[in-house]
Amino acid sequence: MSVAARAAALIAAFLIVVGAGVFVAFYYIGSATTQLTTIHYAASGGQVSVVLQEDPSNNTATKPDWVSYYTQDPTTKQWVHTTLFSIPAGTKVNMTIYGYDGCTPLRNNYWSQVQGTIGGTVTVQQYSKHNTTLGGPKTESLINSWADCNVAHTFAIPAMGLYVPVASPNAQNSVNNLCSSFPCTPTSGGAYSLETFSFIAPSHTGDYRWQCLIPCGGGYLDGNGGPMQTLGWMTGFMYVVPS
Amino acid sequence: MAIEVQPERAEPTGRGPEPAGTGRPWWLRPGVHTGLIGAVIGYLLGHFLGNFLAGGYSRSALSDANDVAIVLGYALAVVGWLAGLGVFNDLFGLMLGRPLPEEPRLYGAEDPGLAKYFRYTLDHKVVGIQYLFGMVTYFLTGGLFAMAIRAELLSPSYHLIGPEQYLMVVGEHGTMMMMMMSSVILGPFGQYFGPLLIGSKRVAFPRLEALGFWLTPAAYVILLSALMFGGFPTGWTGYEPLATQATSGMDAYFFAFGLMGISMILAGFNMIVTIINYRAPGMRWGRLPVFVWSMFMVSFLQVLAVPVLVGACYMGLTDRTFQTAFFTNQLGGSSYLYEDLFWFFGHPEVYILALPGFGVIAEIVAVFCRKPLFGYKIMVAGMFGVTILSWFVWQHHLFDSGINPDMRPLFMLTTELISIPTGFIFLVGMGTFWKAKIRFSIPMLFALAFYFNFLIGGISGVFLSDVPADTTEHGSFFVMAHFHYTIMGGLIFAFFGGIYYWLPKMTGIKLNETLGKIHFWTMFIFFNSTFLPLFALGMMGMPRRVFEYARNLETLNDWVSISAFLLGVSMLIFLINFVMSMLFWREREVGNPWRARSLEWQLSTPPPPENFKRVPVILSSPYDYGIKDAPPVADLNPPLGVIGGAYSGAGARAAGVEA
Amino acid sequence: MSTTDTQQTPAAAEPRHGLRLLVIWLILSLAACLPIWFLWYPHMPPGRMSSSARHQQFDIAILAVIAAPVVIGVVLYFVYAIVVWRAKPGDDSDGAPIQGNTAVQATWIIGTSAIVLFLAVFGTVELIGPAGAGAGEGPSPIWTLAGTKTATWTPGGKDILEVQVIAQQWTFSYRYPQFGGMESVDLYLPIDTPVEFHVTSLDVIHSFWAYQLGVKADANPMVDNVAYTTPEQLGSISVRCNELCGIWHAAMYNYGHVVSQTAFQSWASGVQAKEQADGLLAALPPYSLTYDPTVIPQLGSNLVKVVGVTGAAGYYYPSNYPVQP
Repeated sequence: MSVAARAAALIAAFLIVVGAGVFVAFYYIGSATTQLTTIHYAASGGQVSVVLQEDPSNNTATKPDWVSYYTQDPTTKQWVHTTLFSIPAGTKVNMTIYGYDGCTPLRNNYWSQVQGTIGGTVTVQQYSKHNTTLGGPKTESLINSWADCNVAHTFAIPAMGLYVPVASPNAQNSVNNLCSSFPCTPTSGGAYSLETFSFIAPSHTGDYRWQCLIPCGGGYLDGNGGPMQTLGWMTGFMYVVPS
Repeated sequence: MAIEVQPERAEPTGRGPEPAGTGRPWWLRPGVHTGLIGAVIGYLLGHFLGNFLAGGYSRSALSDANDVAIVLGYALAVVGWLAGLGVFNDLFGLMLGRPLPEEPRLYGAEDPGLAKYFRYTLDHKVVGIQYLFGMVTYFLTGGLFAMAIRAELLSPSYHLIGPEQYLMVVGEHGTMMMMMMSSVILGPFGQYFGPLLIGSKRVAFPRLEALGFWLTPAAYVILLSALMFGGFPTGWTGYEPLATQATSGMDAYFFAFGLMGISMILAGFNMIVTIINYRAPGMRWGRLPVFVWSMFMVSFLQVLAVPVLVGACYMGLTDRTFQTAFFTNQLGGSSYLYEDLFWFFGHPEVYILALPGFGVIAEIVAVFCRKPLFGYKIMVAGMFGVTILSWFVWQHHLFDSGINPDMRPLFMLTTELISIPTGFIFLVGMGTFWKAKIRFSIPMLFALAFYFNFLIGGISGVFLSDVPADTTEHGSFFVMAHFHYTIMGGLIFAFFGGIYYWLPKMTGIKLNETLGKIHFWTMFIFFNSTFLPLFALGMMGMPRRVFEYARNLETLNDWVSISAFLLGVSMLIFLINFVMSMLFWREREVGNPWRARSLEWQLSTPPPPENFKRVPVILSSPYDYGIKDAPPVADLNPPLGVIGGAYSGAGARAAGVEA
Repeated sequence: MSTTDTQQTPAAAEPRHGLRLLVIWLILSLAACLPIWFLWYPHMPPGRMSSSARHQQFDIAILAVIAAPVVIGVVLYFVYAIVVWRAKPGDDSDGAPIQGNTAVQATWIIGTSAIVLFLAVFGTVELIGPAGAGAGEGPSPIWTLAGTKTATWTPGGKDILEVQVIAQQWTFSYRYPQFGGMESVDLYLPIDTPVEFHVTSLDVIHSFWAYQLGVKADANPMVDNVAYTTPEQLGSISVRCNELCGIWHAAMYNYGHVVSQTAFQSWASGVQAKEQADGLLAALPPYSLTYDPTVIPQLGSNLVKVVGVTGAAGYYYPSNYPVQP
C-alpha cells in the first residue's frame, strides 16, 4: 500500500476507536448515578425535612410497570423521579413518606419492627382515595406485615441501623383504590398513608446507601430484581454533606 | 498416519485454481458487510418473533422486559450474520446439487490485498491472521474495562461510577477475558502454525475452522450489547439464582458465552482431527513439536468440557425465558447445580488457558537457548497430567459453599496433585537453561517473565488448594491475584512472546525492537506491581467485586490502581508498536531471523497458499540443537515415489523413514 | 550433577554449578524461612481471635515456609542461568545437546510428590482438627465441636451456642434459637464458647465471611450451611458478604463483637425480652433451619401464600394454571 493509503487507514482506524471510546464514555458518564438528579435538602434550625413517596407504577415510557420512589424538591415542591438526596451532617432529619402502593408481605418479618428512629417509632395517618383521613394518627413501633395488608415497602439505611416499614393503605378495602396517574399526589384519586419519623444524621460526611427490603420487583425471581436493584427506583443514596 | 491422498498431483500448476467469483465486485461477494446486514435483519426478525410468542407472559408484562424476544433476536442475528458471510453457501450449493469446488481453501487466498481477511476464507493461514487481529481487539477492550475497575477502586468512598455500573464493568471485563482468551493462542498461532508444524497442507475441516473464527465477533458484539440492557450483575461466573433475577443484560452474557463455547468446540474438534490424521510421514508422536502437543491436549479439553458450559448457559436461558426452574431452590431446582456445571467446565477452562502458554514458551525457550528441550517426554507427560487431572479438581471452587464435607479432602488432594505435572513444565524449562547459550531476544524475555509469573501464580494456587487456608482466601483478592498471575502472567505473556516470535513468519514484518523492549519491561514491572499487592489485600479481608472497601486498605489500592494504569500504558506501547510496524515502518524480515530448526521457519514468508509444494518427509526432531551433523528437520523436496514407497514398506526401509 | 555432554569442556575446571546453586539456595531459604516463622507468623492473617483463625494462621505459615524455598529455588536458578550461561556477543553456536537426565528427573518427581502429599495430609489434618476450620460444611457436618447442645444457653458450661445467620439482599441478620428465636442485626458472641453457625439465605447466594473468626460459609436459599468456631479473644469482628449478590454486595457488611459470657447472656436476654414485649417474637416465623419465604401460614384468608417467587403478587405461573409448584 502506498504511504498515503496507509496513513488514511491508520487515521480511519484511530477515529473509529476514539469514536467508540467516546460513545462508551458518554454511555457510562451519562449513566444512572449522574443522569439522576440529587435533591439537596438544607437545614434550618438544625432540622431537615425530607419528603419521599413510593408509587405502584411510574410515568416513564420504558419501564411503566416498575414500582418507584420519588423525592420531593424542597423549593419547587415538585416530585422528581430520583432516589438520591443529600442532607447536612449532624442535623435532625424529619422524614415524611407518602405510601401510595398496596401491600406486599416482607420476606423477613423481622423488618416489621421500627429500628433506628428517635423513640423507636413511626407515626402513620391513613387517607382514603377521596383524600379524607381514616381514623386518627397511630404511633407504632411494629407494623406486622404478616398480620394484615398494611406494609408496602421499607426504607432502610443499614449502615445507620435505620429500618422503617412504610405503611400502605389497606388495599383489600374498596375505599382504598390505589392511584393510577404518576407521580401520585394526594388529590390524584388514590388512597395513601402518610408516615413520619425522625432520626439524627451522622456527624461525619459520607455516602449512605438506602434500600427497600420488601421484594416488590414484579416479574423478577424472588422479587428483588428490576427496580429493587436500580438506582433511582427502589434504592438510592443519602449523601451526608458538610453542614 | 494419513497423508495427502494424491501426493504426486499435489503440486499446483501455475497460480493454482482460478478462485471463483472474481468477476463480481467486492461488495457483491459475501463478506463482513453482508454479514452485518444479515445480522440486523435476523435480530429484527427474532425480536418480532419473541414478542409474538412471549409478549403475553405475566413475567414480561410485569417487568417490561421480554427476554424471549432478546434471546431469539440474538439467535437469529447470529444465523443472519453467518448466512450473510456466506457460511451456508457451500451447504446450500450441495443441497441444490451443485458440485463443490475442488480446492475451496485456496479461494481468494491468492487475492492480493486485505479483502480476504474480511470474508469467509477457508485458508487456515488467513483464519490465523483474522484471529490475531480479533484477539488483540478483544484483549484491549477487556483491558479498557479493567482500567475502569481500577479507577473506581481508587477510593473506598468517592464513587466514580454507580454500584450497578461497577458491576457491569466487572462482569464485562471478566467475561470478555475468560471467554475470548481461551482462543488467544489456539486461534492465531494454533490455526496458523498447527498444520505447518506437522507438515500438512491443510486442516481437516477448513469450513468448521473458519466458522469458529466468525462466531467470535458475534460473541464479542453480543457481550458488549449487554451494556445497552443494563449489564449483568453476576460477574463472569453467572451464578444462579442471581442470574435468573437479573435484568435483560444477563441474556447477552449467557448467549455470548454459549456462542463462544460453540466456537471453541469447533476449533478443538478440527485441531484434533488435523493433528491425528494430517501429520506428514516421519512426524512420529515422539517428534511432534511441544506446541502441537499443547494444542492437541487443549482441543480435547475444549471438546469435552465446553459442552457442559453450553448446557449450563442454555439452562440458564430457559430459566430466564420460559421459566423452567433448574436453578431455583424454592421450586425444586438447585443453585448448586449451576455451580457444579459451571465449574466442571470452569476448571478445564483455566487449563485451556494455561496449556497453550506452556507450549509456546517451550518452543521459544528451545530456540533461544539453542538446546534440545530437557526431557521432551517429561514435558508431554506434564501437559498430559494437567489435562487429565483438570477434570478431577473443580470442587475446589466450592470448598465453602456447603458441599458434602468429606469431598473436600479428596479435592484438596487432587488439586495438590495437579501441581506435580505443572512442576514438570518448570523442570523442563530449568533443564533447558542448564549450560545453554541464552540469547535475550524479546520472545525470550517474555518466556523468562512467564516462568516467574507462573511460579508465583502456581504457588499461590497451592495456598488456595489447602482447605483451611482457603477459608480466608476464597472469594477475596488473593484469588484475584492468583488467577491474574497464572492467566495474564502466564498466558498473555506467552501470547505476546508468540507475537514477537512469529509475526515475521506470518506477515514478513518484524516488530520494532526498541519499542518491543520498552513494552516488555513496562509490562513486566507494572504487571507485578499491580498484582503482587493483591495477595496482601485479599489476606487482609477485601472480597472480590466490591466497589467499596475498608479504609485502611486505601493506600494499597491506590498503588495497585496507579500501577494498573501504567500497565495500560504498556499495552498502548504495544499497540503503537504493532500498528506502526505493520503500517509504516514495515521492517521486512522474510528469512529465519531466529535460526530456528522447526518446520514453519523452513518455508518462505509468507508461506505459499498450499503450505508445502510437496508433502515433506520429516527427518528429525525440531529440538536437535547442538547435535553434530543433525539432519534438518524435514526434507521439503522428497524425491518422487518416496511417499508411495513409504506406504508400501519396502520404500520405507530404503528411504529410512517410518511408514 | 552428571550430564551427558557430548563435547568435553577444556582443561580449565567447569565450575560445580549444582553445588553452587545448592549452597546459595540453602542460605537464601534460611534467610527467608526464619523471619517468616518467627517474625511474620504471629501477625499473619487472619489472626488468632478464634480457634479456626488460629489454625488457619498456622496453616498459612506452614505453607509459606514450604513455598518460600521453592520460589527462591526456581528464581535463583533462572537468575543464575541467565547470568552464567548467556551467549557471549558474537557467539552463534548451539548449546550442549542434553536431552534429559534420569537422575534429575527422578529426584524432581519424587521431591515434588513428597511435598505435595505432605501438604495434602497436613491440610486434611488441619481441616478435621479444628472442626472444619471454619469453612461451611453443608447441612450434615462431619467435623463438629465438642459441647452440649441445649435448648437455652447458659454461660460457664460447655454449651454450644447456635447462631443462625440469615442472609438476604442486602443485609445480614442473626437469630439465636436458644434465646427464644430472637433476631438481631447485631452479632454478639461469647468468648470461649463453641459456636455453631447455621447460614442460610432467603433469596440468592450470599456468603457469610467473619474475617477475624476465620469463618466462611456460603448462604444458599433453602440450604442450611453449618460452620463451627470458638472465639478465643475479645474484640470486634467484621462480617462481609463474600459472594456477589447484586448491586449492594459490596455494602453488605456489619460489625460484630466478642464479649464476655456474662455480658453476652445479659445482652441476648435483654433483646429477647424487648422483642417479646414488642410483639416481634410472635410476628417472626418459628425458628427453622431454612425458610421458604413464599409460604407464610400466618397470613389470613386474604393472602395465604405469596403466589410465586417473583414477589409483588407476580406470578411465576399465572393463577389459571392448574398446578402450582
